[in-house]
Amino acid sequence: MRARPLSPHLSIYRMSRYCLLTSFANRITGMVLSAGLLLLIYWLTALARGARAYARAQQVLGSDVAKLVYVALIAAFAYHLAAGVRHLIWDTGRGMEKAQSQRSAWMVIAGAAVLTLGCAWWALRARGGL
Amino acid sequence: MSLQAPLARMRGLGSAGNGVHHWWVQRLTAVALVPLAIWLLVSLVTLPSLDFVTLASWIGGTWTATLLTLFVITASWHSSLGMQVIIEDYVHDQGLKTVTLVLSGFVHVILALLGIFAVLRIAFGSPL
Repeated sequence: MRARPLSPHLSIYRMSRYCLLTSFANRITGMVLSAGLLLLIYWLTALARGARAYARAQQVLGSDVAKLVYVALIAAFAYHLAAGVRHLIWDTGRGMEKAQSQRSAWMVIAGAAVLTLGCAWWALRARGGL
Repeated sequence: MSLQAPLARMRGLGSAGNGVHHWWVQRLTAVALVPLAIWLLVSLVTLPSLDFVTLASWIGGTWTATLLTLFVITASWHSSLGMQVIIEDYVHDQGLKTVTLVLSGFVHVILALLGIFAVLRIAFGSPL
């Protein structure tokens, strides 16, 4: 049987570095946020099981390692949010030109960085730091 | 020969058999998650404390319980759709792909139900 034609995959597309990076990072941050969902459910079930179970969970959730995880989650959320808004704008048919998409790639990276620094600083200050 | 107009055919199915449903729900949940996720993040940072009593009474509020349930459902759904696409793209073995897709779906349903049940249990007052 003849090999069936396949749609072009990653190895065939000639994407700009930014285009590839932003698309890939959106998936990675999405997966990080899925892990964050796991953590959120753990937190909620611990609360639902009562004060003593929550106190036990707090030893994990309140640790310094956990705070680093929260900063990572904030960064992933900031990026996924910015990149997601870019996708929603693309969905309206706008911003698809090469120059525009390269510019928006930079805007996503810069916006996510600013949002991450701001949110992480704010959260750590409000919650007693690392 | 099909008597369907080309536009009706395009709107209808496509090769996957379910048209733009996946795409549309992914967008819908994404839009819903923007305010919901920001609300959750801001709440967790601005709550006076994260001890049991504060959190239990916060989650017990009608609006909080509603929005938190909504967040759990929407985030699980969005996560499920996203993981599905990633698995479809990167797991090449057909059998393994099917198994991974089914597992991911099951895990997301369990997560969503756990989250909903936990919120309701806190809101209705769990036995201490």
